[in-house]
Amino acid sequence: MTEFGLRLAISLTQIAAVMVIVVVTVLILTLAERKVLGWMQDRMGPMEVGPYGILQPFADAIKLFFKEDIVPAGASKFLFTMAPILCLIPTFIGFAVIPWGPNWTFEIDGISVKPFIISDINIGILYILAFASLAAYGIILGGWASNSKYSLLGGLRSAAQIISYELNVGLSIVGVLILAGSLSLVKITDAQGGGFWNWYLFALPAPQIFAFVVYVISVVAETNRVPFDLPEAESELVAGFFTEYSGLRFAYFFLAEYANMMLVSCVAAALFLGGWQAPYPGTIMELLGLASWSWIESTMWFAVKTYSFLFLFFWLRATLPRLRYDQLMRFGWKVMLPIALGNIVVTSIAVFFYQQMK
Amino acid sequence: MLQLLFGYFAGMIAATSILVVALRNPVYSALSLLVMFFHVAGLFVILHAEFLAAVQVIVYAGAILVLYLFVVMLLNIKQDDRYHSQWRVAAFVCVPLLIEAIVLLSGGSRAITTGSRLLQTDSHGTIAADNTLAIGQTLFSTYLFPFEVASLVLLVAMIGAIVLAKRDIGESDTQSMTQPAVDE
Repeated sequence: MTEFGLRLAISLTQIAAVMVIVVVTVLILTLAERKVLGWMQDRMGPMEVGPYGILQPFADAIKLFFKEDIVPAGASKFLFTMAPILCLIPTFIGFAVIPWGPNWTFEIDGISVKPFIISDINIGILYILAFASLAAYGIILGGWASNSKYSLLGGLRSAAQIISYELNVGLSIVGVLILAGSLSLVKITDAQGGGFWNWYLFALPAPQIFAFVVYVISVVAETNRVPFDLPEAESELVAGFFTEYSGLRFAYFFLAEYANMMLVSCVAAALFLGGWQAPYPGTIMELLGLASWSWIESTMWFAVKTYSFLFLFFWLRATLPRLRYDQLMRFGWKVMLPIALGNIVVTSIAVFFYQQMK
Repeated sequence: MLQLLFGYFAGMIAATSILVVALRNPVYSALSLLVMFFHVAGLFVILHAEFLAAVQVIVYAGAILVLYLFVVMLLNIKQDDRYHSQWRVAAFVCVPLLIEAIVLLSGGSRAITTGSRLLQTDSHGTIAADNTLAIGQTLFSTYLFPFEVASLVLLVAMIGAIVLAKRDIGESDTQSMTQPAVDE
């Protein structure tokens, strides 16, 4: 029983650490988005709270926390309460299989511990896709339970959009899975070591550049960001599915959106950009004789890749106008889907001949 | 521990399945179906079939049930009483089935245990550490023909849906030019 207790304690510590990282990143993101948008539009961004406005996220959090919690008349109380939580939990659960650093194993009292991943399950990427597909329920039910036209329309739009683009996300990563021969994110990142030419974005025999483009566009659509933010289009639907939400429940939707952005960025970094692997062979810390400290370098590379991705989200928001609904559907089914399918065919043929030649 | 987990999952599956047909609001019915799919995935996990569990959630909970919800919400049925208070018909169908199940479970218990033992030894032989690989290999070697037939059946269903939904196939293009919204 003590072994079980120790195992539980270690797992809970890891989960707590990851949760803190995610929430802190979301706080940074809310500020970073407004700052980056401000600079791109030749403004200053938030400047009032703290030096250069760096305390703005805390001010926002406190404001949302003390706002009145309004449940609209005629709303389904149970589902109205459940929807934000249903939106938040699947996103947070996904972080359990993200490898944040090297695949090291420690022994503590005979229990092997992997410090940089909560759980290395052999279907890691499918697990993330499974829970990502559930996030749609929070949005649809939130829209339906609000008993409002705008919310319902926003929720239904999101249902159609998420189903359409989820398919493209799933198909675009199949090429990587064929190259890696595994569904585990740990094995996929391990296989990409030894320099940026081994990252699956560039790796022989089948560089996944097209798959990467499809993945990026599809996840932008799946996270309901500009230019695919039809579920919450302000100029048509007030605020879409969370029109009727206020206070802490609104904050949950907000948190879920940003955590989801972070999750898809982590997956993109792990699948296409080598995860925690540096773009050069080995690590600088090893050359300096500090091999046991090389995890700092690795995790920093992972952070750099993830944040570059998140920056791309902000950049798109500042640059592009919103698509019309029929354009969105046509683009997803008639452009993205054939590219993703073609990539699978090309990759499998390339891998087959590559293995024959060896 | 495994027995306990199985009991929980099986009990929840039974309870939520009943709720699917017993609840009056179709949205709540769909939600109980969602909970049921989750517990079926849980059953797969305790059988060490993680791949099937993930596919169960992705396909049924993530795609099919969302479409159900979509339809339910578009039709906006708050309360549909047409299919309630039909307990006489239900009893007529279900009582024989229940008796049949009881007879099978009590009389043929020995046959079932031997059967399940056979299944267990069989599965331990084939399912190695990587069940994704095992599924792929059996699907594309032993069950290749049924797999292809299934894909053909799905293709027929897809073509059928397109033919039913797209009324203006074969008509002149001028009509669809005047009504661009119908095209989608």
